Amino acid sequence: MQTIDLSTTPLRELNSSLQAQSENTNQTEWVITNPKGAHAIAVGLDAPIEVTVKGSTGYYCAGMNQQATVKVTGSAGPGVAENMMSGTVIIDGDASQYAGATGQGGLLVIKGNASSRCGISMKGINIVVHGNIGHMSAFMAQSGNLVVLGDAGDALGDSLYEARLFVRGNVKSLGSDCIEKEMRPEHIEILKDLLERAGADAKPEEFKRYGSARKLYNFHVDHAGAY
Amino acid sequence: MCGIVGLFLKNEDLRPKLGDLLTDMLITMTDRGPDSAGIAIYGDDSSKLKVTVQSDTPDETFRGLDKALSDALGGPVSMRVVDTHAVLTLPEGTEAEARAYLNEKGVRVMGAGHSMEIFKEIGLPKDVAARFHVREMGGSHGIGHTRMATESAVTTLGAHPFSTGDDQCLVHNGSLSNHNQMRRILTEKGFAPKTQNDTEVAACYISSRLAEGANLGEALEGTLDDLDGFFTFVVGTKNGFGVVRDPIACKPAVMAETDDYVAFGSEYRALANLPGIETARVWEPEPATVYFWER
Repeated sequence: MQTIDLSTTPLRELNSSLQAQSENTNQTEWVITNPKGAHAIAVGLDAPIEVTVKGSTGYYCAGMNQQATVKVTGSAGPGVAENMMSGTVIIDGDASQYAGATGQGGLLVIKGNASSRCGISMKGINIVVHGNIGHMSAFMAQSGNLVVLGDAGDALGDSLYEARLFVRGNVKSLGSDCIEKEMRPEHIEILKDLLERAGADAKPEEFKRYGSARKLYNFHVDHAGAY
Repeated sequence: MCGIVGLFLKNEDLRPKLGDLLTDMLITMTDRGPDSAGIAIYGDDSSKLKVTVQSDTPDETFRGLDKALSDALGGPVSMRVVDTHAVLTLPEGTEAEARAYLNEKGVRVMGAGHSMEIFKEIGLPKDVAARFHVREMGGSHGIGHTRMATESAVTTLGAHPFSTGDDQCLVHNGSLSNHNQMRRILTEKGFAPKTQNDTEVAACYISSRLAEGANLGEALEGTLDDLDGFFTFVVGTKNGFGVVRDPIACKPAVMAETDDYVAFGSEYRALANLPGIETARVWEPEPATVYFWER
């Protein structure tokens, strides 16, 4: 196991070391101590390594991740796992704004609450939030799954495309073109798998599914009021 | 961007460390705003009114100012000069007269109160804090700001915190879009901002509401109805400390609370070195939600 202390090692050096790991590296376990809310920790990784950050991180932790598993034992600042391609990011505490934004793949697990704009413009990522999410979450989300065990804030799924949103608690309000949809057996299967992978103690049947009414895909004058 | 910090102590034993803790918090936020920095600190509650003044030519302006003011007011005035600022202690009931005198002499009043002192200048937080010896200051609570100027010029008067009422101050991250309209309304009510800065309008708004009898929570609630734009405000009063974010909440904010203190930072980094932060309750304040503490 490699341990890097951010109180003595510069952040660039840490990220260079992590980014230099190849597909076949034997240095698969990394621990980062004293993050103290620093920005851009463990960004741009592209190797099947496991990185544990002991503490809380600032902006853009684990951004652009591919293959790696990044675990934060505290909370994460804005933009955690932004544009993730693959791999897994787990936040033990809360996540700030736009967690998992534009993510194209992989799994983001937030054990606490996420704030506003969670999964904004998500493009294939799976996000599981054990707590609540804030307003404007999944705005213009295109594909992937957002699973919320708690409640969702205002304007969930505004201008949504094909992403699936599963919420167990209350939704304060739905955004334009976002509607509740029936839970079919295939959705129960997707949800069961995601809940299991995220270590979430919840039954798929307890969730409601939300998705796009598909009225805003192309401009149609009859729908002008919905924009 | 701008960086905001605030610390409201619950444990009296921490009072001597207030300035030291606030200085570290503020320096950590330097990269959010390198234009100017400032702090308002609530120290020992004095029985006399203190007025913090500023001058770009302190040697000249402050020379004999206490004596001259004492003669003008007909009572004892003491003065403590700290770099470009001076804290004047006035005889009771002479504030209006003193303000008129200082205004006539071209001395800028930064704030007044029985416990609040305010220090702000152009420059980096580390330099501003060193010039004013903030680390050596103690007190019950304080707020600080490091500014990236957007709505008005980089000047001492454009720096935060803004104080528009006795023992009241406000810092802001964001920009207000209806500040000209609000400035007219507040001016009619007798709470005219002195600068073109949008944040001062918010400070005047809080002062006007408090003067109308609102408590701190109600005054902060009012900002959500009456001020338009992006904002995170942190407000200090003689006994209180409040926080509010606009409903869109794109300006960042993190809070922490322990048995010893309540702390605010634009980012978690600002809180990372506070004592006991590892076990503190840390959370992101909700949009359009008022948080305040009073002792």
